[in-house]
Amino acid sequence: MPNIKTLAQREEKQVRFTPGHTLCAGCAEPMVVRTVLNAIPDPVVVANATGCLEVASSRYPGSAWNVPWIHVAFENAAAVIAGLEAAYKALKRAGKITRTIRFVAFAGDGGTYDIGLQALSGTLERGHDILYVCINNEAYMNTGVQRSSATPRCAAATTSPVGEEIPGKPQDRKDLTEIVVSHHIPYVAQASVSNLIDLANKVERSLQFTGPKFFNVLATCPLGWRTPRASAIDQAKLAVETRYWPLYEVVEGKYRITYKPKKPLPVEEWLKTQGRFRHLFRDEKGKERIAEFQAAVDRHWEELVKKEQCLSGVQEQG
Amino acid sequence: MRKVMTGHKAVAEAMRQIEPDVVAVYPITPQSEIAEYYAEYVHDGIVHTELVPVESEHSAMSACIGAAAAGGRVMTATSSQGLALMVEMVYIAAGLRLPIVMALANRALSAPINIHCDHSDAYLTRDAGAFMIFAESAQEAYDYTLIAQKIAEHPKVRLPGIVNLDGFTLTHTADVVEPLEDEAAKKFVGDYQPFSPMLDVDRPSTWGAFAMPDYYFELKRAQQAGMEEVPAVFLHTQEAFAKVAARGYRGFFEGYRLKDAERALVLMGSTAGTAKVAVDELRARGEKVGLLKIWLWRPFPYREVAQALAHVNKVAVMDRALSFGAMGALYNDVCAALVHEKNKPALVNYIYGLGGRDVSTDHILHVFQDLKEAQPAHTLRFVGLRE
Repeated sequence: MPNIKTLAQREEKQVRFTPGHTLCAGCAEPMVVRTVLNAIPDPVVVANATGCLEVASSRYPGSAWNVPWIHVAFENAAAVIAGLEAAYKALKRAGKITRTIRFVAFAGDGGTYDIGLQALSGTLERGHDILYVCINNEAYMNTGVQRSSATPRCAAATTSPVGEEIPGKPQDRKDLTEIVVSHHIPYVAQASVSNLIDLANKVERSLQFTGPKFFNVLATCPLGWRTPRASAIDQAKLAVETRYWPLYEVVEGKYRITYKPKKPLPVEEWLKTQGRFRHLFRDEKGKERIAEFQAAVDRHWEELVKKEQCLSGVQEQG
Repeated sequence: MRKVMTGHKAVAEAMRQIEPDVVAVYPITPQSEIAEYYAEYVHDGIVHTELVPVESEHSAMSACIGAAAAGGRVMTATSSQGLALMVEMVYIAAGLRLPIVMALANRALSAPINIHCDHSDAYLTRDAGAFMIFAESAQEAYDYTLIAQKIAEHPKVRLPGIVNLDGFTLTHTADVVEPLEDEAAKKFVGDYQPFSPMLDVDRPSTWGAFAMPDYYFELKRAQQAGMEEVPAVFLHTQEAFAKVAARGYRGFFEGYRLKDAERALVLMGSTAGTAKVAVDELRARGEKVGLLKIWLWRPFPYREVAQALAHVNKVAVMDRALSFGAMGALYNDVCAALVHEKNKPALVNYIYGLGGRDVSTDHILHVFQDLKEAQPAHTLRFVGLRE
């Protein structure tokens, strides 16, 4: 399993996603992309949904990709990667390809939680041997910070603004990771850009399974979250330390929380550093909302812990 | 060997002989049988194809795009609403220059929902960038599936192609078809040489880059250049096909008793069979009538259509779909084809057969009769409609 040194060595050995792209200063996405791709020893082929990553990395006639890469549209990265994998299987069967190639799809939360959910579900159900990585920055950042179904309750977005009547997003986010778990695929994980070794470990571990492997990776967007440019790692770390974004994996149906904060911070610590939640800190009403937010975080964490207890491989062996 | 089979079976047989690496397909009436036949081939181990039984037509074409970019030979099939859901991806397949061939079992678009034939689904993709062929019979559907695959994969073309066959009229009706022997069909289609396949991991290629105003225009012009290669490749491929098949096709359309015709029809699809019977009947009465049946609709053969119709006095252009707010699309094509001709026929536009409305020989005879009196004007005339 990698440590920080091996991660750095991998970077030196091969650059699959090269510098020169136009992602914002402080964007978390390149770290996720490089960590995932570097954790795969085999040749990779990448499909990318429309979004920041695609736009910033493929302006014709340039390309930041040093691996075969395709962008088709917003809602279909899962279907495109399925087609690539299907062609690979057929050509392998016909003896035209002998090497092992891995297939990776990258999409944002909009392209995964919302518009791409159907294509994702189909690809998971059909059991394609692929890795699907949702780089989750919790809104439609490429088009100007519109709310998605991954946007947390209360967050301000340009289509869920803080108005006189409705302060931010009124709805809870969707628990996509659990939706994916319900597809009974071999490997599902939640990870964060703040814990790159954990992410690399998860990708490596997943490779032993044939079939779909899914990763929901929290990736700070300083622009959309309204945090300082240099804060991406700290912000994501607070999300993990407050248990807002648990790091866990579900391996063949068995739950394992891969990091348990020893002294979990109140979620307020994460909220207060982000401009998109600033309105929660203005009045008594805001305090109530923060308390509700904390209660939801606690409830979800407890549910997850129970799932780990009930559905862990360790207990089964014991 | 001559066999009795439906249009769907004929297309499925052509697909079996082409044996694509990937078939991604989603069921819809009337197309579903193609998916079912092909699934049987796959499940019986007759073909090496990877079947991707997708969850929608949108994903069908998306998976086809991925598989084609990977370097595979790829086919699909759909109808009506399926094509409407898929159409975003048809544009992208064309923009990425991917030779994906699709059978389109023509069916009316909703609303009202209707499972029967017209060409509104085909008209929906008219401008998508796929070349489009219309079949009159199950035999033509078979033949043109093989021909389309070869055109699509031609290095100068590299574009998706759509082979249209009228829903139910052709797809579900048993007819005599003479397929090629497997070996002859495979030899005719030949091996596929993909361009810069993604599975060539040692030579990484970027597909689907985004282009700003500084490049978009040039890239679309290059795509048009690919489309402009289709006519020559189409004729060349017809010739090659004539060498291996007992029948030959020559040209972008079939002229039936057209050379000395004073009145003529222009149409596409299975109605040509009915029209031929009507033409024969009128010819037997001494009336000089004829038919121009389009095979290649996109790219449209303007010059050749103009030449073939220049001597005709009056032409009825028959569209099996409405283009709301405009004249029929085929009518507009024929108008444009003739606009620069010195001597040109008068044109009348007839809309017929929407939502599977039956078109009999009597209807066609009526059109020829009506054409005698009809004043050329940009006014739609409807065939077999209760008003």
